[in-house]
Amino acid sequence: MIWRRWSFALPVVIFAGLAAGLYYGLQNDNESLPSALIDQPAPTFQLASLPGHEPGFSSADLAGHVSLVNTFASWCTPCRAEHPVLQALAATKRVPIYGIDYKDKEDAAVAWIAALGNPYTRIGADDGRVGIDWGVYGVPETFIVDRQGRIRYKHVGPLTQADLERKILPLVAKLQK
Amino acid sequence: MPARRRCYNPVMITEIGHFALVLALCVALLQAVLPLYGAARGDGPLIAWARPAALAQFLFVAIAFVALMHAYAVSDFSLANVAANSNSTKPLLYKLTGVWSNHEGSMLLWVFILTLFGAAVALFGRNLPPTLRARVLAVQAMIGVGFLVFILFTSNPFLRLWPAPADGMGLNPILRDPGLAFHPPCLYLGYVGFSITFCFAVAALIEGRVDPAWARWVRPWTLAAWCALTTGIAMGSWWAYYTLGWGGWWFWDPVENASFMPWLVGTALLHSAVVVEKREALKTWTILLAIIAFSLSLIGTFLVRSGVLTSVHAFANDPMRGVFILLLICLYTGGALLLFAWRAPQLAGGGLFAPISREGGLLFNNLLLTTAAATVLIGTLYPLFLDIIAHQKVSVGPPFYDMTFVPIMVPLLIAMAVGPMLPWKRGDLYAALSRLKVAFVVTAAAALVTLAATGAHSIGAACGLALAAWLFAATMTELAERVRLAADPRGALRRALHLPRATWGMILAHGGMAVVIAGITGSNAWTQERIVDARPGDKIELAGYTVALDAVNQVSGPDYTATRADMRLLRNDREIAQLHPEKRFFPVENGNATGVAIRTNLLADVYAVIGDPDGKGGYTLRLYWNPLVPWIWLGAAAMALGGIVSLTDRRHRVGAPARRRREIAAATVQAAE
Repeated sequence: MIWRRWSFALPVVIFAGLAAGLYYGLQNDNESLPSALIDQPAPTFQLASLPGHEPGFSSADLAGHVSLVNTFASWCTPCRAEHPVLQALAATKRVPIYGIDYKDKEDAAVAWIAALGNPYTRIGADDGRVGIDWGVYGVPETFIVDRQGRIRYKHVGPLTQADLERKILPLVAKLQK
Repeated sequence: MPARRRCYNPVMITEIGHFALVLALCVALLQAVLPLYGAARGDGPLIAWARPAALAQFLFVAIAFVALMHAYAVSDFSLANVAANSNSTKPLLYKLTGVWSNHEGSMLLWVFILTLFGAAVALFGRNLPPTLRARVLAVQAMIGVGFLVFILFTSNPFLRLWPAPADGMGLNPILRDPGLAFHPPCLYLGYVGFSITFCFAVAALIEGRVDPAWARWVRPWTLAAWCALTTGIAMGSWWAYYTLGWGGWWFWDPVENASFMPWLVGTALLHSAVVVEKREALKTWTILLAIIAFSLSLIGTFLVRSGVLTSVHAFANDPMRGVFILLLICLYTGGALLLFAWRAPQLAGGGLFAPISREGGLLFNNLLLTTAAATVLIGTLYPLFLDIIAHQKVSVGPPFYDMTFVPIMVPLLIAMAVGPMLPWKRGDLYAALSRLKVAFVVTAAAALVTLAATGAHSIGAACGLALAAWLFAATMTELAERVRLAADPRGALRRALHLPRATWGMILAHGGMAVVIAGITGSNAWTQERIVDARPGDKIELAGYTVALDAVNQVSGPDYTATRADMRLLRNDREIAQLHPEKRFFPVENGNATGVAIRTNLLADVYAVIGDPDGKGGYTLRLYWNPLVPWIWLGAAAMALGGIVSLTDRRHRVGAPARRRREIAAATVQAAE
């Protein structure tokens, strides 16, 4: 019978765990989540293309210039919010943007690109394995990779124009010098 | 005449509103303490204090709310909140709805609805035992205190901006839609409505008594909140469908999930309260559900306000506010659950029942609905928690929900058809199923017709439609049997009119659910999408229709300019409708919004969006054919209507049982004479 009594305390215990998790989540600065990969060489990979967007995307493409690598997916709502920002950035031609289409259906991704426009120099379709190598936490995420192919910055969540102007573009300009 | 002008002073009205909010907090503080103390001591005057206090608290918050609305209406840009979220060029509708387009104003709306419900309990709860009513209102005032402090100290909409800017920064273009007038208030009516059931649960734990009478008092409030939440979610989904221009209607966005979780638990609560009322079983479970339903509403508020999760809805990212709301959640949910752990074991158990019985069916429904809510909660918070526990990186999107949600919903829908056929205490599954022969035939026919019409690859769609047909046919069978349609068709209509309203409510809600399922299935299986680069004069084929793009013009609205397409929708060269999708540009906000053109025939929608020019005289057009999608909202409307009809049932009407008893007594006396 003592067990029956204690079982009534179960909800409050579960809730305490939940609340602690939410508190931890608040303390975590969502935008500049530290990545263990910062200043490490970008992983080596080879990704297949989306139909109609050949060739695919591989680590060799990143050599020799500063680039942005952006993970996205057609099912991802914040990616839609971010997309116009990427489109505008691509139009300025200041830095090439590479896309990793993360855990997505091919035809859905192709339709998505067709509908919203393609800001990407190259796109690779990833079933999740390459994403793990990059330390991808969710979509969208954006990485800055320098000339030597090292990851220099990671942005979690949708990019806003303000993020671009304050963080991304100044760092890109510095690396491009 | 300067003396007369002083009578109407917009600045003064705002200050009165601010002051009224402080007064509301003072009243709430007293209301939270005195009635509770009075109820514990059996002190009549202190118990009686709860009702006028609840009314006064409502009055003060209403004054504050109207004052803020007034500031928006007259564009008083000396208020920082108005300056940030409105503009003198806005049509009046968007000035007024702009009040809750932002964090501060929407929190004030939240508290306004909270006190509205409190006042409703004070007014309509005359038949409640005074101590229970006093405790309910005291607990409600505790919630009021927390959120009033939150507003006054972290999110005060009455703060001044000096010097006042000449004009405001405007309203987010996506929110500039009549939907803003209805969706947030409806959603909040639902969210906050569950605060009443929460207060009833906490009050019952304090009193240490849960009986059928308690369940009868709680049910109308649960129903009212559920109706509002159903309407709010459906409206939000419809709004997303026609304003975002993505062709979709549900995105499993954290904020959508935040409204869906309380709905799932609220639905469970609605059903388990029936068991308490009729059979005195599932008491502690019902109390727990009432606590969880409101807690999930609070967590929903937290998710939207704190920016802890990435979402398109999260417009007020402020960690400080997040900590504050989390503190409130800990206080209310944590407090209620502690009380539950302490008091619930002492609540006397109720009637026993066999697994196959009405109670058993409702328990099954409860388990599946809460599992579904837990699944959504896990999906929403998974990225956060997995990172904490294992430092592993995952992403959660529709693939997760497709995988987990469908297996939960299928048994739920199958059982939903059988449940109402089972008697209380002990049922006979075979007897119930044998009454569903017609439903079996209809189900099989729906599956076969779907497969025959669309080919073997749409097995999933065939299953979905079969499920919808099963639920619909079984619900109609239940109705036919209740009115004895087969035995006496002539008297059936008369009997249908005399069915209890609660029965009609059930039939509407379950039938509506079947229609929603059919809509979801159709939209997932057969949506057709064409994305083309078209010039004026082009014709585009879409699902048996032809869309002719005749011209693209620049037009201007009250506070925007737009690129507007003139399209004709043709079928066999005959014009059916004109479509005018727009891409609107709002100069004040420097933002765009999509004006989708939708032509529906209630079976399917043709949905047109105009995109950017390609610079060579062409425009990107997105055209969708969305079969059965209108059914999603028709079904949801039927569900909400079912809730409202059920709410008017005699048993839920205040004082109705007493009146009826008197009438019968009077009739007996007359007959005797």
